[in-house]
Amino acid sequence: MTRKQRRLVLIGTSLGVLAIAAALVLGALRDSIVFFNSPTDVAEKSIAPGTRMRIGGLVKPGSLQRGDNLQVSFAVTDGKTDISVRYQGIVPDLFREGQGVVAEGKLESGRVFAADTVLAKHDERYMPREVVDALKKSGRWQEGEMKSSESGSK
Amino acid sequence: MIPELGHYALVLALALGLIQAVAPVIGARTNDAPLMGLASSTALMQFVFVGVAFLALIACYVTSDFSVVTVYENAHSTMPLIYKITSVWGNHEGSMLLWVLILAFFGALVGAFGRNLPSTLKAYVLAVQSWIACAFYLFILFTSNPFLRLEQAPFEGRDLNPILQDIGLAIHPPLLYLGYVGCSIAFSFAIAALIEGRIDAAWARWVRPWTLAAWMFLTAGIAMGSYWAYYELGWGGFWFWDPVENASLMPWLAGTALLHSAVVMEKRNALKIWTLLLAILAFSLSLIGTFLVRSGVLTSVHTFANDPARGVFILAILVVFIGGGLALFAWRAPLLKQGGLFAPISREGALVLNNLFLTTACLTVFVGTLYPLALEALTGEKISVGAPFFNLTFAPLFIPLMFAMPFGPLMAWKRGDVLGVAQRLTVAFGTGIVAVAATFAIAGRGSALAPFGIGLAVFVMIGAGTDVVERIGLFREPLSTVRRRASGLPRSAWGTALAHFGVGVTLLGIVSVTTWASERIVALKPSQTVSLAGYELTFDGLAQRTGPNYREAVAKFTVREAGVPVGVMEPSKRNFASRATTTTEAALMTRGVSQLYLSLGDTSGDGSVSVRLYHKPMVLLIWLGAVAMAMGGGLSLSDRRLRVGAPKPAAKPAMLPAE
Repeated sequence: MTRKQRRLVLIGTSLGVLAIAAALVLGALRDSIVFFNSPTDVAEKSIAPGTRMRIGGLVKPGSLQRGDNLQVSFAVTDGKTDISVRYQGIVPDLFREGQGVVAEGKLESGRVFAADTVLAKHDERYMPREVVDALKKSGRWQEGEMKSSESGSK
Repeated sequence: MIPELGHYALVLALALGLIQAVAPVIGARTNDAPLMGLASSTALMQFVFVGVAFLALIACYVTSDFSVVTVYENAHSTMPLIYKITSVWGNHEGSMLLWVLILAFFGALVGAFGRNLPSTLKAYVLAVQSWIACAFYLFILFTSNPFLRLEQAPFEGRDLNPILQDIGLAIHPPLLYLGYVGCSIAFSFAIAALIEGRIDAAWARWVRPWTLAAWMFLTAGIAMGSYWAYYELGWGGFWFWDPVENASLMPWLAGTALLHSAVVMEKRNALKIWTLLLAILAFSLSLIGTFLVRSGVLTSVHTFANDPARGVFILAILVVFIGGGLALFAWRAPLLKQGGLFAPISREGALVLNNLFLTTACLTVFVGTLYPLALEALTGEKISVGAPFFNLTFAPLFIPLMFAMPFGPLMAWKRGDVLGVAQRLTVAFGTGIVAVAATFAIAGRGSALAPFGIGLAVFVMIGAGTDVVERIGLFREPLSTVRRRASGLPRSAWGTALAHFGVGVTLLGIVSVTTWASERIVALKPSQTVSLAGYELTFDGLAQRTGPNYREAVAKFTVREAGVPVGVMEPSKRNFASRATTTTEAALMTRGVSQLYLSLGDTSGDGSVSVRLYHKPMVLLIWLGAVAMAMGGGLSLSDRRLRVGAPKPAAKPAMLPAE
């Protein structure tokens, strides 16, 4: 084979692999991404029940109830709207009333959110960014509320 | 006094760094040997001064000097000594100091051991290294000074985040940083080659050991981080496809590609420009990783509080070095001479295929990690891209790569013979197929793909050994011949085989855990029993214990297998009064390479507890495979041909054993 032919083989294979990768990425982006919504978003947008998504906000004080079989229910609020969440399992260590929370799951009919994952945070001084944004949007967040000089690591 | 000493040492390191950033370049331009030689000394001294700064910071932590802000915020006088030391890098400021310490360490190594490098190349390499170092010294001094004092020293510190009070913090960040920062050497060599406009096979020989070392540490660091997250986060997951994890995976993928393309360049003088590009990309991805972790732009399960203002500074560093590096590449690379020719079916071709798949896989991880960021910036829509995305994109790209992996080392250079190689892999194929059939027969349940995953893993493992087995004549020659040949075989051949074998081992673990792991979440009263995967766990009761800086509620479980007690598991909840925080300490019981994993949920007043119990079959293989990969890297690194360093290019071909 000449240099030119060899180069063509190389370029052809590369383009082939890249095309496959692009197809995989586009397909996966259509099917497997999860949108994040604040409780107000959930109320305002008409989201079809059964759609997978993440919601975030604060655990509404006084809303936490524990049932049998590790059933937990609580309300997530952004200060303007609440949404009730039910979850079965063990909640993270730093899950508390009045604290930020991110839950992933499906919206059921009757505006109850069935969570299959309740996300932990690692640090009691850290607020998930999505929660901060959700609170900012509803006007419940004052800049400087959390000290920004905190540091972290992984 | 000590913090000021550390601060001062860091400023001096910056001053030295500035000299080293300029003088060697002038020296190389004017062919001034003393100016060029200066770089070695300044590189060593930089390491000494950063070392002094780092020791000073350790001293502040060990003596619990709470007048220093970072010590106050991240330490507590009652912490055990080991955590006092590790909390030095358990926070942003200290971890950046560790970052520059390791950068200076690598610079010093080049200065000390780069004797047989051409003097101009060495001068440029050390200068580029110093540009990076200066950027980070400035970053630390201006935005994250770990030596800042409080006006009035508090009596007690705010304690290290309890989740970090673990031996994992002692091992994981230093290893990971050795890997991240080690990539800077290959980057500096690439930039130096582009400035000089000259690159040859010898360049690859000099770069390869550094890349190999960085890759080895990165592999070990990622594996250690994965194991730490596995036992500390309490979910029993080994990989979450989290942005922070992806940030370490991307340089690893690029580094693995670089390692392989450098072989082609060294042996065949081909793929020169591509190798240069990979060297730039690997370090760029390390910088992006640092940026992603440090700036907090992405939400991650591993995220701690951090400061966006610093993100802007790191972003600037990123733009200068990545943008500058790529611009220099675009400008200078076309001037470099073309490399050698090879047929598509050959060892070179196989390595090109390896690179193609690795970089494409890296690209999909990159897209998945940064897409949410881009989408939010463009549309304001918030999304999360999780495991399903990566399972659909990364896995399909890795499967052909793994399938092709045993073929590569068996191919001849220049012109290979696929059928011949396939014939030599008959045993590997056979065992793989037997493994598929056996898995189907034994474990019919679970995913239909799993038996093929197991078969692929077995094929990879046996295939990895094929080359070595053939070359030492195992099963064919008398034992004495085998022993003589085995000791004569270059260590790099053993290294390749071991590392490739490790890939198969890891795959075996991943397939097994994702398919056959079982899980139960139950609430138990004392003396109640839960059974899972043939084990019975009896809850004996709760007890209170006091640790050095926490109190813990320990649940004691007796584990029985077929009625016979095999041990005790004691998961606990630790309560750290200093931060009013609770952490969950999972209990692990290792049975062979499988593990039982028990993590405690809420405890209620009547003495009952909720627990999460997992059985993780063959889970340890995931990390043992990574250890084998890292050890394979170490073996290659200890190869005489690499350790001796590069002899003069002309002497090279005669010294190489036939491969």
